[in-house]
Amino acid sequence: MDMQVAKKKLGLKEKYQVMTRGLDWEPSYQKKEDIYPYASYEGIKIHDWDKWEDPFRLTMDAYWKYQAEKERKLYAIIDAYAQNNGHLNVTDARYINTVKLFLTGVSPLEYMAHRGFAHAGRAFPGAGPRVACLMQSLDEIRHAQTQIHALSNFNKHYNGLHDFRHMHDRVWYLSVPKSFFDDAVTAGPFEFMVAIGFSFEYVLTNLLFVPFVSGAAYNGDMGTMTFGFSAQSDEARHMTLGLEVIKFILEQDPDNLPIVQRWIDKWTWRGYRVLTLVAMMMDYMLPKRTMSWKEAWEVYFEENGGALFKDLARYGITMPKCAETIALEKDHLSHQAWGTFYNYGAAAAFHTWVPEKEEMDWLAAKYPESFDKYYRPRLEFWREQAAKGKRFYNKTLPMLCQTCQIPMLFTEPGDPSKICYREVDYQGSKYHFCSDHCKAIFEHEPEKYVQSWLPVHQIYQGNCFPEGTDPTAEGFDPLAAVLQYYHLEFGRDNLDFEGSEDQKNFDLWRGQATKNG
Amino acid sequence: MHIDLRTVSIKPLRQTYDHVARRIGGDKPASRYQEGTFDLQATHNFHYRPTWDPQHEIFDPSRSAIRMADWYAFKDPRQFYYGAYALARAKQQDTAEGNFDFVEDRGLADDLPAALRDTVLKLLVPLRHVAWGSNMNNAAICAYGYGTAFTQPCVYQAMDQLGIAQYLTRIGLLLGDVAVLDEAKAAWMDDEAWQGLRRYVEDSFVLKDPFELYVAQNVVLDGLLYPLVYETVIDGVLAARGGTAVAMLTRFMTDWFGETRKWVDATLKTAAAESVGNQALLQKWIAHWRDRAAGALLPVARIALDEDAEAVLADTLQQFDARLAKAGVAL
Repeated sequence: MDMQVAKKKLGLKEKYQVMTRGLDWEPSYQKKEDIYPYASYEGIKIHDWDKWEDPFRLTMDAYWKYQAEKERKLYAIIDAYAQNNGHLNVTDARYINTVKLFLTGVSPLEYMAHRGFAHAGRAFPGAGPRVACLMQSLDEIRHAQTQIHALSNFNKHYNGLHDFRHMHDRVWYLSVPKSFFDDAVTAGPFEFMVAIGFSFEYVLTNLLFVPFVSGAAYNGDMGTMTFGFSAQSDEARHMTLGLEVIKFILEQDPDNLPIVQRWIDKWTWRGYRVLTLVAMMMDYMLPKRTMSWKEAWEVYFEENGGALFKDLARYGITMPKCAETIALEKDHLSHQAWGTFYNYGAAAAFHTWVPEKEEMDWLAAKYPESFDKYYRPRLEFWREQAAKGKRFYNKTLPMLCQTCQIPMLFTEPGDPSKICYREVDYQGSKYHFCSDHCKAIFEHEPEKYVQSWLPVHQIYQGNCFPEGTDPTAEGFDPLAAVLQYYHLEFGRDNLDFEGSEDQKNFDLWRGQATKNG
Repeated sequence: MHIDLRTVSIKPLRQTYDHVARRIGGDKPASRYQEGTFDLQATHNFHYRPTWDPQHEIFDPSRSAIRMADWYAFKDPRQFYYGAYALARAKQQDTAEGNFDFVEDRGLADDLPAALRDTVLKLLVPLRHVAWGSNMNNAAICAYGYGTAFTQPCVYQAMDQLGIAQYLTRIGLLLGDVAVLDEAKAAWMDDEAWQGLRRYVEDSFVLKDPFELYVAQNVVLDGLLYPLVYETVIDGVLAARGGTAVAMLTRFMTDWFGETRKWVDATLKTAAAESVGNQALLQKWIAHWRDRAAGALLPVARIALDEDAEAVLADTLQQFDARLAKAGVAL
């Protein structure tokens, strides 16, 4: 009889290694630099990819099993929410405008993350990070699709969501999130990982994703809340990947430190500028507020982020310098942003309004240093004007920052009475910036940022009218033509919330659902 | 009896998103596949050129020589969006888990004739590297291809192939131990029998045209490898020699190929039907990679089939040609 030789048992870590990096081999028929052509040009030095510590160990069979279970539950709730007209349970119809901002501004970024991580998941010569990136690529298409599916029922009943993909590539304020992600995916794979994997997913996710999802939970939007919660365990994996990337790169070579530090500085600022939209959403657009933007920044960045950067100090990483500027802006950011959108409410695909008195009192309590002094009088003036039938809509176009693409609406750090302007001369042209940080980002890579597709410049160059438009024709209305190019329906998607179709329908339908006819 | 449950009914303003409505002939209810696929990828007003590929836009149809008036002409007959995909694979992995348990609990692996087990290990375990190559290639097609309709199924394909590489690893560990993985890798690196295939895979890694890569990997290599190894050798020849247990362990691969080939056929058919130019290009690519794959697979087939290998491979090639002719690419 044969003696069975005892099999060598593998530990969990070894088992995961044979299931992933063990599949890889050293090529000999093609050169490694031809197989991984994008791995070296950023100047990051990696000596030993085997030092990569897998941040999570999930084989595909387990992945499919867990994810399918989550999908089953999520879609059951989405279906029930739609069937029960769950949209009529939100606090009030103004809330739906946060959903519009999310679908037009954020969901397309989830899709970009999917493609970006596919690129990173092919580009790294190390098998461990490739697998982790590809799993994230797969998760990100999930997030894009679950958001589109969950918000589909809002689109059926409310305006502003109907052509979100078309708008994302064209509408002026959506060039802020779009250019942010375009910037990340056009960077090399290492910078992409620091930008998205670390700075965005790890440092800033609590200030982007969480406020929307908490806002949904607070305002009775169970559909949005559910996809948020369902994405949470994916996000936990993405965060551990982001942190592992930073540690791995820094441990590989001391020369990597200054490059990584510059990327962290840049992407913290780039990400923060995108969060301008979130700040105004939290302070102005949620009928039932979760916390103020300022509180969120203090908890999630200053406290949690502070602890993180202390932890990274052993690698030589320091807190990004822009944190000082951000601290000076936190009393002003959301107010200045909402004021701008109120101005340009005719060119936005969501509704704007002046907050009610109780809401202003809430803002005054949250922003004792700034709200009553600088922002309440302006809002009250606008409300008076609107009551007289003179709702203010700004029809001139603002100057945009060449880097973050936000209109030049921010004030000098420490002086809220003066708009902050910076400029740079480069190859015979003048470029404008909202801040020292956006200016510094440009100066480091001017050849990249001169390419920016700036919506205002493009409008003035005549590139944002429907095909066949004749701008020399008598009575030509440029704003109307631009809105047509955006597929933005005048009088339905835009203008003040007061008197909007959304407002009327919501009241009518809620009446039908809660009263006898 | 009909039960009439009443809900408050309100008339929606629209049935679906406008970009979806434009593609399905008007405002009407759309499927989750349609809403989760159409126009998801950005097409206009990119801000910067990739620093890693400044000749192209971020997403750029000119990365391929295949020309399409509309890259959303491609349809996945499985209608896979993430949720549908995850559910389908979860069901298959459940079956696979049951099969592994069945073989393990009854000690069926130990009952395999020694020569047969040896053949199975020599044939199957190095294939984990081939599946890994497909994972990399489908990641590349997903990253650099154009249009969500074409690229979305490739991320699923990439992760499926990682799953297959992991199932093959488990088969190695079940029929042998961790040493067989090392032996198989040594064979993959140095044994004459595997060098043609390894060269094929490494050469595919440097292809720049995502559609040619699709042809080399999903159409040709998998189109020959899966029928040859899983359908013919494992389910046919080796099962008849007492290796039914092995066929249970590779059920995932057999089912998976039966399913994914429908998508591959549909993709090929759409691209070929678009223009004479596309058709000629596909013919050229397929002819080139088919001959290389046939040459590379022959020594691999010999591991299990000895002198029958040539005849079996000829059969496989014939069936492959017939399949492609149906998809509109006659060789």
